[in-house]
Amino acid sequence: MNCSSKEEELYLPITYNLEIPSLFSEKLIAPVIPANNPLTQEGVALGKKLFFEKLLSGDNSQSCASCHNPQNAFSDSQQFSVGIDGKKGIRNAMPLFNLAWNFDELFNWDGSEFSLENQAFEPVRNPIEMHATWKNVAQKLQNHPEYPTLFKLAFGTSTIDSVLITKAIAQFERTLISGNSKFDRFLRGETSLTPEEESGFNVFMDEAKGDCFHCHGSNNNPLWTDNLFHNNGLDTNFTDLGLGAKTGDPKDNGKFKSPSIRNLAFTAPYMHDGRFATLEEVINHYSEGLRFSSTIDPLMKKVSQGGVQLTTKDKADLKAFLLTLSDFEFINNPNFKNP
Amino acid sequence: MKKIMSFCVGLFLLLGCEKKDCCTNLEPITVTLQFTHNWDGIPINSSDFTTFKFTTEHGEQISIEQLRYLVSRIKIGNFEKNYQLINVGENTGLELVIPQIPQGNQFLKFTFGFTDADNIDGIYPDLNSTSFNVPMMMGGGYHYMQFDGKYKDSNNQNANFNYHTIRAVNMSNPMNLILEDTSFEVEIGTFELSKNTTIEIKMNVAEWFKNPNLWDLNVLNSVLMPNFDAQKMMSENGRNVFSVGTISN
Repeated sequence: MNCSSKEEELYLPITYNLEIPSLFSEKLIAPVIPANNPLTQEGVALGKKLFFEKLLSGDNSQSCASCHNPQNAFSDSQQFSVGIDGKKGIRNAMPLFNLAWNFDELFNWDGSEFSLENQAFEPVRNPIEMHATWKNVAQKLQNHPEYPTLFKLAFGTSTIDSVLITKAIAQFERTLISGNSKFDRFLRGETSLTPEEESGFNVFMDEAKGDCFHCHGSNNNPLWTDNLFHNNGLDTNFTDLGLGAKTGDPKDNGKFKSPSIRNLAFTAPYMHDGRFATLEEVINHYSEGLRFSSTIDPLMKKVSQGGVQLTTKDKADLKAFLLTLSDFEFINNPNFKNP
Repeated sequence: MKKIMSFCVGLFLLLGCEKKDCCTNLEPITVTLQFTHNWDGIPINSSDFTTFKFTTEHGEQISIEQLRYLVSRIKIGNFEKNYQLINVGENTGLELVIPQIPQGNQFLKFTFGFTDADNIDGIYPDLNSTSFNVPMMMGGGYHYMQFDGKYKDSNNQNANFNYHTIRAVNMSNPMNLILEDTSFEVEIGTFELSKNTTIEIKMNVAEWFKNPNLWDLNVLNSVLMPNFDAQKMMSENGRNVFSVGTISN
C-alpha cells in the first residue's frame, strides 16, 4: 500500500459551519442538524452538485432545481410543476430556505415527510415528477467519472446509494439561509423603512387589522412562519385534503403548512395550489375572500364578513411591507447556483 | 484534651447518625408536577379538541382547537424554574420533573404568565421560535395564554374565538401605552414530602368563562389582546382556574 492511498482511506471530511444570521442566533433556538448527518464541506458541495444533477430523473432531463429554481427562492413560477413525462402535479413547489429551522421537521405542504433526508427520497421516485428508481439513479452516479470520488470524500465510501445521495442533498439544503432582506437590515439598524412599509408592518402586527403575526412570525421570529398547518379559509369543500390526507383525521382536512412570507417577490404564484398569481390577490383573500368550513382556523377573523376588511391603503401598505422581506442576496448567492 | 473532645464529637456523630430521623442524612427526593386540564371535572386531552363537547357558564357550546399557556417562577423548596410553556394540543410541557428537593414541608407556587420583570420583549429564543410573542404596538413581551376554538353563536352558527391573555394594554394613545401587569401568582400549597412525589395541578378550563366575570362569547370572542378591560377580566377569572389534584408517591 502506498502512502497516497493510505491518506485517502484516512481522509476525514471538514466540518461545515453554517453562516447563521445574527438575528437568527439572537432570536431562535439552534437549527436542526441530525447527529447522523453532520454538515461537512465535502457533503455540502456534493449535495449542491446533486441538487442540480439531471441524472436523478428517469430520462436525465430534470434535476431538483428544475422545479426549485434559485431565482425563485427555490420555488417554481409555474402553478404546477411539470414532470419528465409532461404530467403536472397538484401543488405549487414550495420555496426552499431556512429549512434547518423547521423544528418539527415536517416538510411538504401537507407535512407528509419527516426530515429533509426523507423528503429528498420522494420526488425522484414520484411518477409525475422525476419518475426514476433509486436503484437506477445510484447506478448512473456510480458509473459517473466524478461521483464515486466525491462520495468517498464526503462519506468515506465510494459505494453510492440512495441514503447517501439524500443525505448530501439535505446537507446542501440546510445551507440555504435567507436572512438579509431590507427588513432584516432595518432590524439591525442599517436602514430605515418608508412610511408605507412601516405602516404595512403595523397592519401585519395589529390584531385588529391584518393579524398576520400569529401564524407568520414577527420581528422576534425571523423565520416569518410558524411552520404549522392551518386551514386559511380558501375553500368550503376540499379537493385536496392536505394534512388530513396524511393523518387520516377529518379534523385536519384542508390544512396546509404556513409558508414563510420571506421572498414573496420571487415565489409567485401563492398558496399550496398556486391559485393566486399576485400578492394583491392574497391580501384580498384574507381581507374579504375567506370561506367557512368546519376546519377553518380560529385565527381567521371575521369569517362571516369574508375577512378582516382592510382598507385600500392598508392593503397597499401591507404589500409594501411584505416586499421588504425580499432577500436579493439570497437569490443571487453564487454558493446556491448551478456549479 | 483535644483528643478526648475529638473522640466525643466522633462518637456523638456516629451514634446520632444511627437514628433514622437524622435530618442531615435525608436523601433529597424528586417532585413531578403534572399539569392536567378539565372542564368542570371532565378531563380534557388533545383528543377532545375540535369537537363541540363543552358548554360555557353563559351557555355557548365550544370546541377547543388550541390551548397553550405559560407558567413562570415555579418554586418549590430550593428549586425555581424560570418558565414552562404547556401545550395541551401537542401534549408538551405537561410534566415538570424536579430532582433534589429536600424532604420536609415545601411550599409550591408559580406565576400564570410572566410578571413585568420577566416579560421582556424577544429575549426567550424558545418562545420566539414557537411564535408566542406579543407585538410591540401592544407592549411587546409574550402571550400568557393562547386559547382558540369555535363557539355556537346566538344564531347557532359556528364562529371563531381567540381567548388570548397578555399584559393588559390601553392603546388609546399609541405613543403612550398604558400597561398593567395581569399575570398572577398561584399558590398551590404546602406539601409534606418524604419520598418521590407527583403533584397534580389542575386547570379547570370552564373557569375562564365563569367567575367572577360571566363570559359571553357573542360579545367578547376575538381581538381581545388590545382590549384593556377584557384582559383584566380574564386575569380575574384566571384566579379561580388552578387547584391541586391528586398527590401520589
